Amino acid sequence: MAFLRGFGSYLPARVVDNAELAARLGCEAGWITSVSGIEQRRYAAEAETLVDLAVNAANDCLSRTSIKAGEIGLVLVSSGSSERRFPGPAAEVAARLGMGGGSLINVPAINVPAINVPAINVPAIDIPMASAGSLFGMALAAQLAPSCGAVLLIAAEKMSTVIAREPLDKNTAILFGDGAGACVIDPDHGLAKIGHWRLHSDGSFAQDLRLEFGEPLHMDGRVVILQASRKLPAVIREVLEHAQQPASATSAFIMHQANQNLIVRVAQALEVAPEKFYSNIARYGNTSSASMLIAAAEWNDRAGFRAGEPVVFAGFGAGFHWGALLATGVG
Amino acid sequence: MTTEERILTVVKQVAQKPVPSDPEESLFESGVLDSFALPDMVSALEKEFGIKVPDSDLHPRKFDSLARIADYISVRVA
Repeated sequence: MAFLRGFGSYLPARVVDNAELAARLGCEAGWITSVSGIEQRRYAAEAETLVDLAVNAANDCLSRTSIKAGEIGLVLVSSGSSERRFPGPAAEVAARLGMGGGSLINVPAINVPAINVPAINVPAIDIPMASAGSLFGMALAAQLAPSCGAVLLIAAEKMSTVIAREPLDKNTAILFGDGAGACVIDPDHGLAKIGHWRLHSDGSFAQDLRLEFGEPLHMDGRVVILQASRKLPAVIREVLEHAQQPASATSAFIMHQANQNLIVRVAQALEVAPEKFYSNIARYGNTSSASMLIAAAEWNDRAGFRAGEPVVFAGFGAGFHWGALLATGVG
Repeated sequence: MTTEERILTVVKQVAQKPVPSDPEESLFESGVLDSFALPDMVSALEKEFGIKVPDSDLHPRKFDSLARIADYISVRVA
C-alpha cells in the first residue's frame, strides 16, 4: 500500500512568450497557440542546471509536506534531458538535499541554502525517461515505498538547451519549456491512496521520438499524436475498468502536459468534459517528464483530493512508454 | 460504392477540405490532414469498413494518400 503525501514544483523565472519565440523561429505567434495551446514557457538561466531545478522542486515538496530529509528512504529522479551520460542527476540531487554526502556543500542555486548534515546516503535512482518518466516513477515509488520508506520522486527537465541545438526545428522548439516537479509517496499515510496502475512500453517506435547526445530532438509528431491518441484513452480505461470506476466518476485527470489538443482529444475519447483534465500547458509548455508533477502540484493547491474521489494520472512519451495510475482521496 | 469511393467520402468528412484528385498525392503535404485529423480519419475508416487497425499499424505512412489507404484497407478486409 502507498499514499501520495504531497507535491512540489519549481519553474524558472524567465518567461518566454510566443512572440519572442516566433521571431526567433520565423513563424507566427498565433500558429504556436493554435497547434499546441501553448502561450508561454519558462527557460532556466544558463547557469541554472537540471540538478538546481530538481533540488528546488524537491525543497518545495518537502516544505509543503513538512517532511524532513531524514524521513526519506529513497530518491527517484526522472529526466530525459540529463546533461551527461553518467552519473545521472539522482545522486547529486540527493546530496544537495542532505540525503547523501556529509560535507559542506556549496550550493549556488536559487533558493537553496548551503547544507552541512551527517551522511545518511539514501539510495538515489535515475529514471532516464522523458515525458512519461514521472508516471513510471510514481508507480515504481508506490511499489518500493513499503520496503524503502517514504520515496521522494522528482522529475526535472531543462529542455531549452535541447531545443536550442542546430538546426532549429520550429515544430519542436515551440513546445518545450524548463521546470521540475516532485512528490512524496509514503507507505503509511497521505492525501490519497494509490490504487491500480498500468504501465506499457513499445520500443518499435523508438526512432520516432528520440534525443541523441549532442543532437537536436527528433520527433515525428504525426506518429506521436496518432499513437498517443489511441494509447492514452486505452490505458486510462484499463485502470478505471480494473477499479470498476466509470470515467465520468473520476474527479480529475492529471496528464503529462504534451499538447492541449491531445489533452482535449483524450477527454473526448473517454467522453469526459475536458475541464476535468487539469491543464497548465498554456503557461509552461511541455516540460516533458516534469509536467505531470508540476500540474499535480498546482491542481493540489487549487482543488486537491477529496475523500473517496478517484483521480487519474497518465502519461505517454518517448520509448514509447505510457501508462496510467489511479489515486483515491482519503478522509 | 467502390472501396476508393468510400475512402474518399471518409477523408472528405474528416478533413472538411477539398481532397486532391491524384490518389498518390500526400494528404499531409497537400494540407488535407494534420496530426490531429489523422486519428479521426483512422477511427472513421475502422467504422466504415468494420475493421480494427492494430496499434502496430498506426503509422502515418500507411494513411499518407488515398492510394495507400486503399492498399491498407484491401489487406485488412481480405
